[in-house]
Amino acid sequence: MPSSLPADIPEAAGTARAAAAPRSSGLSLLASELKVLFGRRRTGALLLALAAIPVLIAVAVKVSSAVPAGRGPAFLDRITQNGLFVAFTAMLVSVPLFMPLAVGVVAGDTIAGEANLGTLRYLLVAPAGRVRLLLVKYAGALAFCIVAPLTVGLAGAAIGAALFPVGPVTLLSGGVVQPVEAALRIVLIAAYLAVSLAGLSAIGLFLSTLTVVPVGAMAATVVVSVVSQVMDQLPQLEWLHPWLFSHYWLGFGDMLRQPVLWDSFASNALLQAGYVAVFGALAYGRFVTKDILS
Amino acid sequence: MGDGPVTDGLAIETHGLSKHFGQQAAVDSVDLAVPHGTVFGFLGPNGSGKTTTIRMLLGLAAASAGTVNLLGREMPDNLHEVLPRVGALVEGPAFYPFLSGAANLHRLDSASPHTVPGTRKARVQRALERVGLEHAAGKRVHAYSLGMKQRLGIANALLSPRELLVLDEPTNGLDPQGTREVRNLVRSLAHQGTTIFVSSHLLAEVDQMCTHAAVMSAGKLVAQGPLTELRQAGSTRLRLVTPDGGAAREVLGRLGLVPEPPDPGLQAQPDGETIAVVLETAAQQAAVLPEDVVRHLVQAGVRVRGFAVERESLEDRFVALTGEGFDVAQ
Repeated sequence: MPSSLPADIPEAAGTARAAAAPRSSGLSLLASELKVLFGRRRTGALLLALAAIPVLIAVAVKVSSAVPAGRGPAFLDRITQNGLFVAFTAMLVSVPLFMPLAVGVVAGDTIAGEANLGTLRYLLVAPAGRVRLLLVKYAGALAFCIVAPLTVGLAGAAIGAALFPVGPVTLLSGGVVQPVEAALRIVLIAAYLAVSLAGLSAIGLFLSTLTVVPVGAMAATVVVSVVSQVMDQLPQLEWLHPWLFSHYWLGFGDMLRQPVLWDSFASNALLQAGYVAVFGALAYGRFVTKDILS
Repeated sequence: MGDGPVTDGLAIETHGLSKHFGQQAAVDSVDLAVPHGTVFGFLGPNGSGKTTTIRMLLGLAAASAGTVNLLGREMPDNLHEVLPRVGALVEGPAFYPFLSGAANLHRLDSASPHTVPGTRKARVQRALERVGLEHAAGKRVHAYSLGMKQRLGIANALLSPRELLVLDEPTNGLDPQGTREVRNLVRSLAHQGTTIFVSSHLLAEVDQMCTHAAVMSAGKLVAQGPLTELRQAGSTRLRLVTPDGGAAREVLGRLGLVPEPPDPGLQAQPDGETIAVVLETAAQQAAVLPEDVVRHLVQAGVRVRGFAVERESLEDRFVALTGEGFDVAQ
């Protein structure tokens, strides 16, 4: 801290009031959020762990003898004939637990993580604006929801292509598509999963506004996803099933038909939009009036 | 400030500002008045409600009652207009430990839609230079000492030109050298016309850098004004040591002076008892001169062994207002 004054002082006072006028579109915060989210080691570790799932599957299949048809997860028995099925298998396997876990960590951390570090008060004093910060935080979580399934799918395709032959893929409807189109289907499934996780992200965002302990919000989000899936299994609650946000999670098989069946995609998107609206509103209601005491 | 403050009004003004947490009033009906261009010390022991007050000033917490005016605008309704003109350090520095010092400042600067992205890099660089952190700019905050974090927190408050700086305990964790640097920085900023509101639990700190001060105690504002006035506001006391305690009290009583109850901690001494009496307070001019008190005592045959006139220092006053020792205000 040199006690001599910098030469640019006269500018200081004059621009002080002018600075109050908005000048940028405010996209800086979103860019910064994505940079911080994807730049931090934890996110990298999460994605690496997700990418490890297809690698594990592919290696296990490679070193073991042929998988008897009809045993293990769907598609598993087809991997030896076509490496692209590693991607489908891995995405299917990761949906019930690994994906919600990763999304729970990111969504649960959104607000609570900042509150825990104390940076929340500095963001708000900047002033970031509470609504704007909430939107940016949700956008960051959504970006992760897009990247996570893509990581599993692309890592699966890559390791499958490396260890097994790649050829035309026989779809569930019996049609056959070329490898390039099959790769597109992988991306399509990733998109389906990204939409599927949007509701859970909104729940995580809301839970994150309730606490300053990020681990609490993360754990609660994961528990909610598990509870939803368990309830989806209980025939006694059948009336409730279409309303559970995890109801369509495993419905991405429709992306593997020729032509693609969009029904489940549309129902899923509508359901997720409902969850985003409800829990987004709850998060908004909680966050804009919350006393920031951390 | 070259073109002068907007008005000659107040930079910070609160009326009946209160904050209740359940039954407890953390801040109780505080009327702050911080004039433009002052260095305003916000003094009080730990737990007296300073930080809670600052949180309400900045719109982080909602007031249970009362109003806040910042730079002439009502808060928190005009938060988006006011806060870009305010730099703040609230309850210690807080940063992303996994980012470098410079990256942290970039992040916080981009949080506001009012800052100019084009000048961000230069402004971050300049703020780091101002607090002497340019060499640690690329280092992760994780590896910073508390003092370095504190400096980075001040740098964050200086990212844009500000009309008002709110600094909550800015010298916490700094070594004497760093404390002096902060003091110089505050002086140079004040010299440019920035109003500086600095909270502290250290009287000496406020004494050295502030022009005005307010004292908080147990959520209440107990004194406020220019430091020179606060210094004078202290009372003058007489301390008398005499073997003729009874007669002395009688004389003092005739002069209209009420001796304080004897200090229970003080043992009765063989050479007489000590009688303390308030001669003059801020509200009341002295009725008798000290020398006249002695004259009356001697005329009444009271033997005087010791006689002292004690003027209260600002520190005595601070302690008198806020309580002493480790009794954190409840």
